[in-house]
Amino acid sequence: MLEPIKVIEGKAAPLRLENVDTDQIIPAEFLKILGKKGLGRYCFYRWRYNEDGSLREDFILNNPKYRDASILIAGKNFGIGSSRENAVWALQDLGIKCVIAPSFGDIFYVNSLKNMLLCIKLSEEQVKMLQELAERENLILRIDLEKNIIEYRGGVISFDLDRVVKERFLQGLDEIQLTLKHIEKIKKYEEGMPSFLLPKARRFIHD
Amino acid sequence: MAGKSIIDKIWDLHTLYVKEDGETLLYIDRHLTHEVTSPMAFEGLREKNRRVRRPDLTFAVMDHNVPTSDRLKPIQDEMSAKQIEALERNAKEFGLTLFDLYSPFQGIVHVIGPELGLTIPGITLVCGDSHTSTHGALGALAFGIGTSEGEHVFATQTLWLKKPKKMLISLEGALSNNITAKDVVLWIIRNIGTGGGIGYIVEYEGPVVREMNVEERMTLCNMMIEGGARTAIISPDDKVFNYVKGRPYAPSGDEWDQALEYWKTIVSDPDAEYHKTIRFSVDKLEPQVTWGTNPAMTVGVTEEVPDPRDFDDAKEKQAVERALNYMGLQPGTKITDISVDVVFIGSCTNGRLTDLIDAARVVVGKKVAHNVRALIVPGSQLVKRNAERLGLHRIFIDAGFEWRNPGCSMCIAMNEDRLRPGERCASTSNRNFENRQGPGGRTHLVSPIMAAAAAVYGKFIDIRMLDLPSRSEVLEYARTYKGY
Repeated sequence: MLEPIKVIEGKAAPLRLENVDTDQIIPAEFLKILGKKGLGRYCFYRWRYNEDGSLREDFILNNPKYRDASILIAGKNFGIGSSRENAVWALQDLGIKCVIAPSFGDIFYVNSLKNMLLCIKLSEEQVKMLQELAERENLILRIDLEKNIIEYRGGVISFDLDRVVKERFLQGLDEIQLTLKHIEKIKKYEEGMPSFLLPKARRFIHD
Repeated sequence: MAGKSIIDKIWDLHTLYVKEDGETLLYIDRHLTHEVTSPMAFEGLREKNRRVRRPDLTFAVMDHNVPTSDRLKPIQDEMSAKQIEALERNAKEFGLTLFDLYSPFQGIVHVIGPELGLTIPGITLVCGDSHTSTHGALGALAFGIGTSEGEHVFATQTLWLKKPKKMLISLEGALSNNITAKDVVLWIIRNIGTGGGIGYIVEYEGPVVREMNVEERMTLCNMMIEGGARTAIISPDDKVFNYVKGRPYAPSGDEWDQALEYWKTIVSDPDAEYHKTIRFSVDKLEPQVTWGTNPAMTVGVTEEVPDPRDFDDAKEKQAVERALNYMGLQPGTKITDISVDVVFIGSCTNGRLTDLIDAARVVVGKKVAHNVRALIVPGSQLVKRNAERLGLHRIFIDAGFEWRNPGCSMCIAMNEDRLRPGERCASTSNRNFENRQGPGGRTHLVSPIMAAAAAVYGKFIDIRMLDLPSRSEVLEYARTYKGY
């Protein structure tokens, strides 16, 4: 069971790139690591490090100003591509609690929800405005999940949140346990399942 | 009242419960799993002392990081070996059927599902891999899912989903010779963009789809995820039924007749409604080649690499510049002037028998260019054996191709098959993302015919210039081929 989250407050970093795919968030070679913890050091690996392991100055999260950022403001289609949930674990391990973007890859969005990494969709204009603010000044956002608002010095933005997402964050539930409340419906379906739909290894072709 | 699409029909038949907000509890008929995205899901089960609810509906295979070299040698990469061992342990502990490294049915999960008859029309299917959309080609409603969702399906055999919107993509006209499903889907993604399908399930329809064989349809469905779609599906027809019939796990005897009757009821009604309909004519379609770092960055083979200056939007301009920089390409370069170092033919997109036959049509009687490394990685042991039975392997091996063992291989570069920094690859896989085929590697996505031609000529050529034998001609040639 995950702890409920009602408010996320932290520094925002602008990631002015569109179509950031999950291969960039965590390269495939690090998917071999068995575990969710410790993936943060590999997050955005090729963008963050030079080949000799030193930090790349041109990557935004390496800028000392954003080292302690916990909110990413990214371009559209964030998290497209591979279904790897490790992308979410890596971002969280890096200290990211929320990603704001105009749109998200479908699987990434669901994976984030399951791990309570908040994904907020705002319009392209709003995202651009926040990115510019975060570049100009020290942008601290306070995201209130009960009121569906983002507060910052000088403004408030309201956002839409699926009820599913909201419930999940405010209650922090074990989803499997919740689903098992419907066990009778599951059993009933299984009883009515036609036999022809069940896989049966009837014969194997051997050379 | 409007009719229902195949999406609606399968969805409704599998709906157990709908919440007020529309979130639906769907029953899942098949769960396929592999070594890379499953370990933490099994770990989650163990922590809570839970079992896999339906081991009989759950199948595991090793594919993502397996070596494609000699299977009898120990796995060099310690971490890959550990993941592979973990799957073996988990399959045993939770009672799942496992197609391991030594199984005659091992292969890429999206290749073996259909070919073993695990994937059949009218079912719901999930797998912890985005390219699960492949199975839609048989008329299954198939979703790629994450690890948490995988754990949920293990424990409950269900998945919570909000019903995506429906998009109909109708493919009209007729393909020119040697233009393939891969060209069609790259071109669709080029048109709708990487995010064009977000929030949608795509249903393909039209004469072009009906003309395609089932393996070609798999290529179409497989890559729709690169256009952002949640999944893709095609109403099954006789081609699909013939494809499924007789496969090891497919229904047989009386059950075959019952299944067939059911399958005929789940096809889309002619008056089904969609949230969006796009019609494409493929009449003038030419071979497609990606030039950039996402699959929408695609042009036709007679076109040139784009110039950032031609883009008005600042973000787009920047994205093009960044991609060209990564790819080491100059604006305005003709696609047919781009030479390649490596050719990779394989993956869940293009690693099936049809793809190998198409590649052989180009390779027959020719040699791989001296400066090119060319690999063929059949999608499964069955694909490999069938190709060998047909004699195709001799054509490839004599031409200078490496004929390897099945796996995801250089599509994801988790094993030792990877590009070196700066190497340029013509690849039949599905993603040209930065570093996807190895750190610093440069990927151009193409069809198997285009890839095979790049192997022979050392660069991209317009394969329409070639006088290629037909599929049946090349099979006849392979049958009697005795070597150079």
